[in-house]
Amino acid sequence: MHAETRAPELHGLLAEYRSAQELLDATRRAHAEGFRAMDAYTPYPVEEIAEVVCDHHRSRVPLVCLIGGVVGALSGWALVWWTSSIAYPLNIGGKPYNSWPAFIPVIFECTILFAAFSAGIGMLALNRLPEPYHPVFNVGSFRERGSREGYFLCIEAGDERFDRTRTREFLTATGALEVHEVEA
Amino acid sequence: MSVADPPRHPVVPRDPPVLAPGHTAASVTDKISSVVFGKMPVWFYAGMAVAFGGVMMLLLSLTKLVFTGIGIWGNNQPVGWAFDIINFVWWIGIGHAGTLISAILLLLRQEWRTSINRFAEAMTLFAVACAVIYPLFHTGRPWLAVYWLLPYPNTMGMWPNFRSPLIWDVFAVSTYGSVSLLFWYIGLIPDLGTLRDKAKNLWQKRIYGTLSMGWRGSARHWHNYEQAYLLLAGLSTPLVLSVHSVVSFDFASGQIPGWHTTIFPPYFVAGAVFAGFAMVITLALPLRRLFGLQDFITDKHLDNMSKVMLVTGLIVAYGYLMEAFTSWYSGNIFETYVMKNRLEGPYRWLYYSLLVCNVLAVQPLWFRRVRYSPLAIWAISMFVNVGMWLERFVIIPMSLHRDFLPSSWDMYYPTAWDFSTFFGTIGLFLALMFLFIRVFPAIAIFEMRTLTPEAKVKEPAH
Repeated sequence: MHAETRAPELHGLLAEYRSAQELLDATRRAHAEGFRAMDAYTPYPVEEIAEVVCDHHRSRVPLVCLIGGVVGALSGWALVWWTSSIAYPLNIGGKPYNSWPAFIPVIFECTILFAAFSAGIGMLALNRLPEPYHPVFNVGSFRERGSREGYFLCIEAGDERFDRTRTREFLTATGALEVHEVEA
Repeated sequence: MSVADPPRHPVVPRDPPVLAPGHTAASVTDKISSVVFGKMPVWFYAGMAVAFGGVMMLLLSLTKLVFTGIGIWGNNQPVGWAFDIINFVWWIGIGHAGTLISAILLLLRQEWRTSINRFAEAMTLFAVACAVIYPLFHTGRPWLAVYWLLPYPNTMGMWPNFRSPLIWDVFAVSTYGSVSLLFWYIGLIPDLGTLRDKAKNLWQKRIYGTLSMGWRGSARHWHNYEQAYLLLAGLSTPLVLSVHSVVSFDFASGQIPGWHTTIFPPYFVAGAVFAGFAMVITLALPLRRLFGLQDFITDKHLDNMSKVMLVTGLIVAYGYLMEAFTSWYSGNIFETYVMKNRLEGPYRWLYYSLLVCNVLAVQPLWFRRVRYSPLAIWAISMFVNVGMWLERFVIIPMSLHRDFLPSSWDMYYPTAWDFSTFFGTIGLFLALMFLFIRVFPAIAIFEMRTLTPEAKVKEPAH
């Protein structure tokens, strides 16, 4: 490595904890301290931690899914109604062209298809994935344990209460095993 | 494994755990991902070679079909639907257990589903892939099937008939395939992140890294992820029930005796779950044995899967009973003859085999000792796999070969190409399964971590 001429930009401070419980306690303390620009990293979902980090805001995925479902139902209905009654009317067993009971299965499947893909793709979009680069991966112990057994809390430099030394002291006081600086 | 493995469980506990004690998030991760990164045992290559042979046979059979026409199959008037539709329904049915395990058991908070849902979902996908081959190639000209099956604006100004159950089937099965793929992939993302971090080789890192989309386990991400996962489960539940109901409409809305009954949708759905659980057992038991996954797929799983198989088996048996009752109670000569033909007709041995496989063979599952014996339930699952295939034979060609007009009665015999296509799809299914086990974690790692004691957090005492 060549000598650096200036300190790298800081994404935040990343503290590692022993367990999900310790991370939860630390996240709660950080939230009480007033930190909002922070994120916790766990190898599996821990609802309680997510609630604190998201400041008890609800996820918007259900709304996206609902909109998708409504759009799916309407487009499914429009497809079968328009093709069967307007574009290509066929006399099938003397049934009316707009024989809606027979259209239910197709409309139902379209609803599910659109709702499911809205939920899936909506989740990825709200999470801003795919994301090829993220600063936390610059920390070696995160790469090693983040997706296995590591419990991390990152207080980001963007937070107005962030201060390089004092935030580090705060994180150490919450019982962190180690506090890393995350290069942006 | 209570008998074969005495030191671990000296006595079969009343309620065995879903995850063997002593596991941590790290040990679960290492154990499951070791299957992906480790060296594969010899049997893996042997099995893959056989399965790949099946794939080649399938390609050969389909090529022959495309060049010659569907006359190489045994179906002809009056039996216009035979192996193609039997196998289609059989495969679609097998897929249903995957969705049941991943969606319905998730909503019902059945923790034991966690260790079997990933490969059951994979099984669903591969079963749907095998199923789709049949109706597609039954058209004879699959390259034209696009405008026969899918609604798209074409120069002829033609559109499909949306009042037909066959087009409902296209929508149901294609939605089912797409949503299952999405559900499976969304479930895989966190585990792909794990594989990316554990991979040593640069290309493995790149491929898993791309597929994982940069997943980093952020709490904000998990927040949305959990919601999306739950919604997908909630949407898949009515979807899976609709798929086999729609498949049964293909028959129930026709007026052939033996098809035209209202019991078909629930009876088909129960049969699908029955067949699917049998296939999960058929695949899970060798997998757990050969990769030493007894800590994750425990006695509890054997017990629960056997119970589901027993219950759905009883529903199916009730369906058989009601079919017999209705044919007698209807007083309709054609309906009565369907049953008489099953009991005394030229294919009666298939009907009796069906009763043996699907009704008699599952009864030992009432006994606890049987439910805890991997060998016994594996054998039973094989009976069910065969039995559910026979059920579709009984419903489809046996109803068609003798309908209203005795002058049009005829026998149906499958040809060698029918069998080579069928065994070919089994080869395709197994080959895809082998590849899946090789490159993806066969058990959902992140979900298994939530079962470890360390994942339990307490609310603060204030």
